[in-house]
Amino acid sequence: MPRIRVEVDGATYEDDVEPRLLLVQYLRERLGKVGTPVGCDTSNCGACTVLMDGMSVKSCSVLAVQADGHDVTTVEGLGVDGGTHPMQRAFHEEHALQCGYCTPGMIMASLDLLRDNPDPSEDEVREGLEGNLCRCTGYQNIVKAVRRAASDMREPGRQEVTP
Amino acid sequence: MTVQEVGTPRKRSEDARLITGRTRWTDNMTPAGTLHVAFLRSPFAHARITGVATAPAKERPGVVAVFSGQDFAAEQGSLPCAWVVTEDMKHPAHPPMAVDEVRYVGEPVACVVARDKAAAIDALEEIDVDYEPLSAVVDMEAAIADGADLVHEDLGTNKSYTWVFENGDLDAAMRDAPVVLERRFVQQRLIPTAMEPRSVLCVPEGDEFTLYSATQIPHILRLMLATVTEIPEHRIRVVAPDVGGGFGSKLQVYGEEVLALLLARRLGRPVKWTETRSEGNMTVHHGRDQIQRLTLAAERDGRIRGLKVELLADMGAYLMLVTPGIPLLGAFMFNGIYKMDALSFTCTGVFTTKTPTDAYRGAGRPEATFAIERMMDELAHELGIDPIEVRRRNWIAHEEFPYETIAGLTYDTGNYEAATDKALELFEYDKLRAEQADRRERRDPVQLGIGVSTFTEMCGLAPSRVLGSLSYGAGGWEHASVRVLPSGKVEVVTGSSPHGQGHATAWAQITADRLGVPFEDVKVLHGDTAISPKGMDTYGSRSLTVGGVALFSACEKVVDKARKVAAHLLEASEQDLEFSGGRFSVRGVQEEGKTIQEVALAAFAAHDLPDGIEPSLDSDATFDPENFSFPHGTHLCAAEVDTETGMVKLRKYVAVDDVGKVVNPLIVEGQVHGGLAQGIAQALYEEAVYDADGNLTTTTMADYLVPSAADLPTFTTDRTETPATSNPMGVKGVGEAGTIASTPAVVNAIVDALRPYGVHDVRMPCTPERVWRAMRAEEKPAAAEPGAGGGLGSAGGDQ
Repeated sequence: MPRIRVEVDGATYEDDVEPRLLLVQYLRERLGKVGTPVGCDTSNCGACTVLMDGMSVKSCSVLAVQADGHDVTTVEGLGVDGGTHPMQRAFHEEHALQCGYCTPGMIMASLDLLRDNPDPSEDEVREGLEGNLCRCTGYQNIVKAVRRAASDMREPGRQEVTP
Repeated sequence: MTVQEVGTPRKRSEDARLITGRTRWTDNMTPAGTLHVAFLRSPFAHARITGVATAPAKERPGVVAVFSGQDFAAEQGSLPCAWVVTEDMKHPAHPPMAVDEVRYVGEPVACVVARDKAAAIDALEEIDVDYEPLSAVVDMEAAIADGADLVHEDLGTNKSYTWVFENGDLDAAMRDAPVVLERRFVQQRLIPTAMEPRSVLCVPEGDEFTLYSATQIPHILRLMLATVTEIPEHRIRVVAPDVGGGFGSKLQVYGEEVLALLLARRLGRPVKWTETRSEGNMTVHHGRDQIQRLTLAAERDGRIRGLKVELLADMGAYLMLVTPGIPLLGAFMFNGIYKMDALSFTCTGVFTTKTPTDAYRGAGRPEATFAIERMMDELAHELGIDPIEVRRRNWIAHEEFPYETIAGLTYDTGNYEAATDKALELFEYDKLRAEQADRRERRDPVQLGIGVSTFTEMCGLAPSRVLGSLSYGAGGWEHASVRVLPSGKVEVVTGSSPHGQGHATAWAQITADRLGVPFEDVKVLHGDTAISPKGMDTYGSRSLTVGGVALFSACEKVVDKARKVAAHLLEASEQDLEFSGGRFSVRGVQEEGKTIQEVALAAFAAHDLPDGIEPSLDSDATFDPENFSFPHGTHLCAAEVDTETGMVKLRKYVAVDDVGKVVNPLIVEGQVHGGLAQGIAQALYEEAVYDADGNLTTTTMADYLVPSAADLPTFTTDRTETPATSNPMGVKGVGEAGTIASTPAVVNAIVDALRPYGVHDVRMPCTPERVWRAMRAEEKPAAAEPGAGGGLGSAGGDQ
């Protein structure tokens, strides 16, 4: 069984994993990082999106062995000192979630989106989140939240403000 | 002085957990020793099972047990149907795991229990099932034709029931009316697709069981599990922890829930099963799936005389919890907001070898609203009258409420004029009509269509006596209790069981206002039968209209009791006490008073209570309204249709809803947005498709097109407020409005765009191919579409 060494939300883990084990299974079942949910088995819904070296990946389409030597951030690793990230706060402020099942994936995908484009238009946010499905919100408030977070994060010094 | 909470767009208290991933989805919980279950499912739509060999699977590493349906035949019971709509309704047995015969693709046949999920899934491949294939029954109209193959041989028919409602002299209306229109509409089959897949975890403790399930109905589920398994009700505790959406699909008693309980009992260890999306698409109950034939009689001025509705409703292979009743919920809504002299409704429930159908957001009412709103547009076109004007000439005027409809319901309040006027203004109706005319004139390849839907719905399911008169197996009241703790903080228990609706916030807002305590001091408890003693759970936009009002009543009782204690403590008469901002004071002597927190502590200490008053400050209440509530609204949609590609783009969408009094405008708006997305999805994207052999070909999210952010427009939403009179809060319910209203608005817009091409209908979902074909149907009337039953539906006026 291959051995992997991976950094997840700031802690280092070393584990023997089956080659077929998916990253999302590793996160959920081995590390207990259940904040990242699974919504489908075809990489369509995006609920399991996490950041790998800062880039968003659907963790159901990455093998745990592929994460070897990489840095993974889940929704549980956002924010500092027990605070929340501006993106998380924007989702709350704009009522961008209802059942909340898609939310971790939406938040992580949005962070990657803003990395490429710190000031996206509404259409750019919609296009950018095409791979993440939500069944509750109709997306309108999600779009607003991402643009609000973008604005908050562009302001220097506000990047990691704790509430 | 406390802030007025009700009516304030307070941000949700449940978000903190959800945005940080500190969630309690059922699949997140894995107690020590948990075994994982995987199900082997039928690859055939219809087959006899002649043998199941499980021995090799048992040898696989990590496998603890393997069972076939036969192994549980004696104890698994039959899944319940609580809505026997006619005395002679055919109601076949429905084993949680198939024993002798399978009747839809995905029906469970055997299961593996193993130390982890992967081991369980691996071992499924080692189970050998002998099937003797039988004929699939896919098409509803063929299913009820003479000589059709039967889904249930012993029933001798594929008709489950025929339910009839008639009021007024329809024959006379049809005979005399100068205009008679006949149309056939297809409500395609949909898959509700909550983002959280179904999951169930059952933890045994001796002869008692705690069952965690992603369910909308913990209370009903507990009762039904007890009935099906004969495990006593008081030995079962059902918990609905965080539940990731339902839309009706988790209003169910699923075989996997029954089997989790039985497996936990047999093995004495916690067992967990979580569906994959692909397995879920085959086995979560589906929604809609009706063929509607409507005949509308009207005067030349547009006034409706009568409406005849003939419905075929696909039940799928079995009747589940409320399967047969879903079309009946629509029966009373086919007349919409319009006055007419006669209505006739006939519904036939049909068995097919497909996944069972049941409640899906709106449940029966979207189907009905679609039909009448499409007919109104057809009538407008036939008479050359503006579609808004045709509606105005028929709807119930504001001053006519309360109004008894031809379907026998009493609409308590409504103001269709106000909602429509507001919507037209926001939409800039005249401007868009002018643009439409211009595009038609210019023969623009991208045509503009305008669709309207003026609708009402029947919400707040209760009243119990009405549900009883419709042979529904349970009441519809709701329960709440309120306890002011010794410290003055408040715990609220509701029988309603949310799955995204924001009860923790809205219920706390109601409580804060009624008791005059800070919002932050209120905790809302729900979704656990050990905590919430009784309830009827969450569906049919009943949470606020029934459950929220129960809470309102419980708060009133607490205040009444507190008033007695306060009067005693202040040595004043109850009549002399004022209660404001959470404080009782003697009228005219403001400085003398007791806060509700002080009263709670005194009631807890019980050192000095008035005679006949029990210690502690708490109360409970149930509420059973005297009538349904009737939210209504006007939705307008502008669609751009590319006549060369068939592509539809929604350019503008305006929704003005009247949901009565609003507790939290933020939550209301969010519910409307989500509902619009689901209704638009039915119009444009989603369909559960079966091939001729009964294979579901839309098993994944790649095939079943849930729209993404890029597929939907930005909505303009607004409200009018006409309070309901059937409850003291004046609330009406909002969960289903967007879904109900939007589907016909969108299809009306598409058809409107294509009227110059002779198009009278496009079958849903209005994919580019369907739109393109509908435009060319005039040229090729024989063009048929695979799997569509009636070719192009009623495209091109084909009846």
